[in-house]
Amino acid sequence: MKFAKKRGKTSPAISTASLPDIIFMLLFFFMVTTVMRSAEDKVSVSIPQATELTKLEKKSLVNTIMIGKPLKKYQSLYGTAPRLQLNDKISTVDDIPLFLEKHRVKVPENQRKKIKTSLKVDKDVTMGIIQDVKTQLRKSGQLAINYSARQKN
Amino acid sequence: MARDRLNNEVNAGSMADIAFLLLIFFLVTTTIASDKGITVKLPPWSNEEVDAAKLKTRNVFSVLVNADNQLLVRGEPARIEDLRERAKEFILNPQKREDLSEKPTKAIISLKNDRGTKYETYLSVYNELKAAYRELWDDEARKTLGKPYSDNLPLEARKKIRNKIPFVLSEAEPTAFGEEK
Repeated sequence: MKFAKKRGKTSPAISTASLPDIIFMLLFFFMVTTVMRSAEDKVSVSIPQATELTKLEKKSLVNTIMIGKPLKKYQSLYGTAPRLQLNDKISTVDDIPLFLEKHRVKVPENQRKKIKTSLKVDKDVTMGIIQDVKTQLRKSGQLAINYSARQKN
Repeated sequence: MARDRLNNEVNAGSMADIAFLLLIFFLVTTTIASDKGITVKLPPWSNEEVDAAKLKTRNVFSVLVNADNQLLVRGEPARIEDLRERAKEFILNPQKREDLSEKPTKAIISLKNDRGTKYETYLSVYNELKAAYRELWDDEARKTLGKPYSDNLPLEARKKIRNKIPFVLSEAEPTAFGEEK
């Protein structure tokens, strides 16, 4: 009992000296994992759900084509029919080969075979435009694609 | 002089505040990259259409999706929920039925949609077909290796399983009956 009394009297202050270190560690984690948004979305895309997903590994080897309805503020310019967005521009199917080539030259030669195209398509879009994109991709020799989807529970 | 020697320590108390500020900035701007999806390998471009007539009808599992997002599997209306089981039965043909595939290596899944089919429906059909194969690979891996099929298996083992039950899905040029939205 003597022992317990003695301990209760001392008030140990928790050292906060290591707090900055902890916070810095978190900070570095987020700095490394963060990817600054390079392009502004001009089409609204809500991707569908699926179960058989694979992860896209290397970001630098992936180019993204978005398909969806133009956002409200762009509808006066581009209409309400689904369009595709390459980088930050609303484009047509004919712009795809140039878009792929531009991405291709940035990739080291020995890795060009591993380039994948990620299709971020709104779930309410009909297959017509997607078919046109697929045909164009096949013609351009870009055969590895990935239909972006979320995990279904 | 005396004062200097007394407190020559830099006050690190505000360090945490600065770090917090930066942390919050990165927390807000960050979008954890979760790029996942269904990976598909497209066939190379050629002008000639693959002639499906050469194949025996018993080896072809045809799936049609119309502009109203309805399914026609081997000539009969079907539901997406049943697709996986039917595809699995077709590929393996455990009862050696006359109208199902001769063997897994000969089984071909043919998918055809309309230009007016909704993307969501198309993808869920594709997902089901892919899931059917994944489940078959899983069963096979459990039988031969004693563990489930996953990317952690050695490439050799995965190839062996996939050669036994190859994933052959041919997509025909879609019809253009429905309205595109």
